[in-house]
Amino acid sequence: MNERLDLRLGIDVGGTNTDAVVLDRDGALIAKAKRPTSPDVTTGITAALDAVLTEPAVEPARIGHVMLGTTHATNAVLERSRLERVATVRIGAPSTTSIPPLYDWPADLREAVSVGETIVPGGIEYDGREIVPLGAEELRRFLGSVSGRAEAVAVTSVFASVSDVHEAAAADIIREELGGVPITLSHEIGSIGLLERENAAVMNAALRTVATEVATAVGSALSAHDLHPVIFFAQNDGTLMALDYAVRHPVLTIGSGPANSIRGAAYLTGASDTLVADVGGTSTDVGVLVNGFPRESSAAVDVGGVRTNFRMPDLVAIALGGGSIVEDADPLPKVGPASVGYRLREQALVFGGGTPTMTDAAVACGRLELGDREPADARRGELERAMRRSDEMLADAIDRIKTARGEAPLVVVGGGGPLVPDRLPGISEVIRPRNHDVANAIGAAIASVSGQVDRIYHPGPGGRSAMLDEARQVAHDEAVRAGADPGHTEIVALEETPLAYLTSPAVRIRAKAAGPLRSH
Amino acid sequence: MSGRITRIDIEHLAPLARGCSVLGAGGGGDTYTTLLAARYAIERFGPVGLVDLDDLPDDALVMPCGGIGAPVVGIEKLGTGEEGGWIRDGLERVRGQKVAALMAGEIGGANGMQPINWAAHIGLPVVDADGMGRAFPEIPQVTMEIAGISASPAVLTDERGNHISISAVDGAWMERIERTLSVEFGGRASSTEYSLTAAEARTATVRRSVSLAIEIGNAMAAATQPIDALRETVGARVLITGKLTDVERRVTGGFVRGRVEVEGLDDHRGRTVLIEIQNENLVAMDGDRVLASVPDIITVLDSETAEAIHTERLRYGQRVSVVAFPCDPIWRTSGGLRLAGPRSFGYDFDYVPIEDLAA
Repeated sequence: MNERLDLRLGIDVGGTNTDAVVLDRDGALIAKAKRPTSPDVTTGITAALDAVLTEPAVEPARIGHVMLGTTHATNAVLERSRLERVATVRIGAPSTTSIPPLYDWPADLREAVSVGETIVPGGIEYDGREIVPLGAEELRRFLGSVSGRAEAVAVTSVFASVSDVHEAAAADIIREELGGVPITLSHEIGSIGLLERENAAVMNAALRTVATEVATAVGSALSAHDLHPVIFFAQNDGTLMALDYAVRHPVLTIGSGPANSIRGAAYLTGASDTLVADVGGTSTDVGVLVNGFPRESSAAVDVGGVRTNFRMPDLVAIALGGGSIVEDADPLPKVGPASVGYRLREQALVFGGGTPTMTDAAVACGRLELGDREPADARRGELERAMRRSDEMLADAIDRIKTARGEAPLVVVGGGGPLVPDRLPGISEVIRPRNHDVANAIGAAIASVSGQVDRIYHPGPGGRSAMLDEARQVAHDEAVRAGADPGHTEIVALEETPLAYLTSPAVRIRAKAAGPLRSH
Repeated sequence: MSGRITRIDIEHLAPLARGCSVLGAGGGGDTYTTLLAARYAIERFGPVGLVDLDDLPDDALVMPCGGIGAPVVGIEKLGTGEEGGWIRDGLERVRGQKVAALMAGEIGGANGMQPINWAAHIGLPVVDADGMGRAFPEIPQVTMEIAGISASPAVLTDERGNHISISAVDGAWMERIERTLSVEFGGRASSTEYSLTAAEARTATVRRSVSLAIEIGNAMAAATQPIDALRETVGARVLITGKLTDVERRVTGGFVRGRVEVEGLDDHRGRTVLIEIQNENLVAMDGDRVLASVPDIITVLDSETAEAIHTERLRYGQRVSVVAFPCDPIWRTSGGLRLAGPRSFGYDFDYVPIEDLAA
């Protein structure tokens, strides 16, 4: 790597703050900055960037890489704003016509996104055969009907993860008919489960402008400092994608925040297998780090009212944070879900306000020194009971996320960290790393680049090992395509699930490869 | 209780799906896509009549039906909705008689919902009955088999419109033949077996299971404690409330087998219950003591949401309540137990009804 470009800048856009950190070539934190997240997101990013780049320890010209974890895409879906108009093509007649595309979408989101949907003949069987040939004529007719209105096209074929031949053939036809309109192919986005993968593909197509805008905004904010580093985006599995890949797959940025905090916590402590609690102002996420990566959820994930099968970290989220409001009740006080949020410094007792919060409880119980402890002490009995309730809630969340019996360490990050006691059932050790308040931005800055495959395989002449080798190779190639260093990319997860109720053997294999950033 | 339901409209689908999951004993497949397909069909073709077998003429032909094959294929190939009509056409040709109504072969899980979708497409009613009152893995594990009804003629179709009529010597051969053909069709097929007259069906099926499923769903949604609703609607007993502390699962011979361990919490602290699984929950044990077994129904519910958890989705750490309730009496006959009692699944003990077992 160029010696002059040895610094990494990580940015995390959170619900309350946008954080920026700079790490040196050894990964040590040399500067950090926190700015309020702005409604347009971009202004907050620019402010945090400006702040960290003017820290004395930072020599801006040495910034070689910028890693961004952003909520742009999530917000666009939640607010139904700045979305592209998408033509939805499903290749799945007659085998899927019992449920039309976008059938389960909230009406307002569908209205904002869709210019038309079709199901054309085609699709692939689980064993790679064609169900029926691709209906090229039907596809051309549909494209004619949306021509001029469609700003993007999403294409989803039955069992695209087994073979992408119908999706690829459809893409050729779309380019012929509609020219340079951006195309999302479902096999690049999601795994098995037609409706969820189709939903993700359509959302991805709708987010192209948002992704391009944020990429441009970050680029110009950096240009203002005369910087031209390589830009990466954090994705929801805790790894990075190159800017050009992210612009084509913006939907994968949804949910990158929790993954970054888990990875950041790991990095700050050096742990590769641990539990992580990210305690914020309103809520706490408890996740699990396995082999250096957040454990992924197997359940369907709801984004803006739409069911998807995104690769999201498996989390237990509870409504407990530093701003959670305490309400006295019998036998135990109520803690949350209401929170004073960003008004903590006006409303909490220790800051002279009138609302008892969990921050006041932490002060009254001696877990935190902050503000004026007298008003908190005056309500000590109630606040101590609230603290007991909070400890129970945490213990319960930890117990729910654990996958094995026995004790495990817990790394605590986030501003609400002092709520967590030093001893918890099932926890061998509570670790509170330095700089835990910017764990998310650090998580983005240190992430590796990954690739993944989720397909159904059939044991061929080479048997099981040939099948697994092929899956490993596909995952490896995906990681390298996304920007990983081919020489240091390894398989980090491999999961085989034989399919039930079939007389011929077939196995679903999920493999993930990851490696450090490729230098250039 | 409100009046009898005589037609299934969109408002009945969510409670029906929930009830089908509870009756599924952990099997029968996820109801999410079949619920959407049924809703879409009713939106286009109108509600589906729900008829009692007593209200059909004696000689009316009832067509049991459902899907067969790998559930994972079903989440990609959602079906056309026309399959029920194709099966009906095939069966009418072979039997030379018009089909009067469709019936779920199994009420448990997705297969309990599927006939609603198909019936809406062809404007036929469904009967308020099914062939299991729960879910079981194999074609001959139906009450019609106990009653001596023939599995043949069967009609098997795919989503392209291929269809095959099958005459098999018995239910076990029907299972072998259909399983093989469904692989050729792409891992999943739709089929009918054990077609019968309304007169035969009155004693050879589990009666009123569709309205029971809807009632279960409605009662659970209305109750502050959904599990209490199960006590009242199906006589459910809570075997344990606790946390899944061990999950062991493997696929052998095309079936998912395994066991899960539930450690008691709160009032149940200090106890551990083991559940044996073969696609469905088969047996619940406390040490050497059997708490419940097939053919009675054992269902694992999420403690927070009270949703039934499919056996493939059981995971360490989940907070669950395990409930068990009586199967239809037809399964408790010697014929029923030969087909689906503990010994038929390889266990070395005799069946004791849940009501007679110590809690």
